[in-house]
Amino acid sequence: MSEVRIQHEDFDPGAEIAALHTMAGDVGAIASFMGLVRADDRMEAMTLDHYPGFAEREISAHVAEARTRWPLLGVRVVHRVGRLTPGERIVFVGVASSHRQAAFAAAEFLMDYLKTRAPFWKLEEREGGATWVEARDSDDESVKRWR
Amino acid sequence: MKLLYFAWVRQKIGRSEEQLAVPPDVTTVASLMDFLRRRGAGYEAAFQNPALLRCAVNQEHARFDARVGPDDEVAFFPPVTGG
Repeated sequence: MSEVRIQHEDFDPGAEIAALHTMAGDVGAIASFMGLVRADDRMEAMTLDHYPGFAEREISAHVAEARTRWPLLGVRVVHRVGRLTPGERIVFVGVASSHRQAAFAAAEFLMDYLKTRAPFWKLEEREGGATWVEARDSDDESVKRWR
Repeated sequence: MKLLYFAWVRQKIGRSEEQLAVPPDVTTVASLMDFLRRRGAGYEAAFQNPALLRCAVNQEHARFDARVGPDDEVAFFPPVTGG
């Protein structure tokens, strides 16, 4: 079972982990990651833009790829969009498997993808104005190592 | 044709989506971009440098030589930046 959600509202990480526990059968390990908005370079807020439908499809394709690489029993990805301020929860990835190695690896694989390639556009607000974050030109090292 | 714009493309054009009747000679993404560029200053600014743009046709990544038709949903946006 996999679930990918993109939403404006906050999420409850405990509820997401609990859902992983019950959504799959013989779970021996659940690895989860939660990302928070940082105040890098005095950033006051960021607004994430996304293409509804397209974004879910792209992320789901990577969840499917993770499932071909590791024996996973459940995956939950929650990504927030809209305006977020430092300290707010922005992303949750949870992976259930029989053993910890697959759960850790798949969670890291999915986060490396989400941080660098997920179909979002970020507008960062600082004193003096708001600027769109530019895409990185080269392949990020964190993504390369999964090839 | 349904058109969608994201991030700074949306800001330059001044709208997030629109339904447009495109002329029959618009058959590819590239010819659609040429058609849109002539619609006004905002469009001109958005489509000035195609190298900065990416496109999806019916919610799938598409190249600029991809075919488009009146019933398609076409989206223009900058390269994605991750979450």
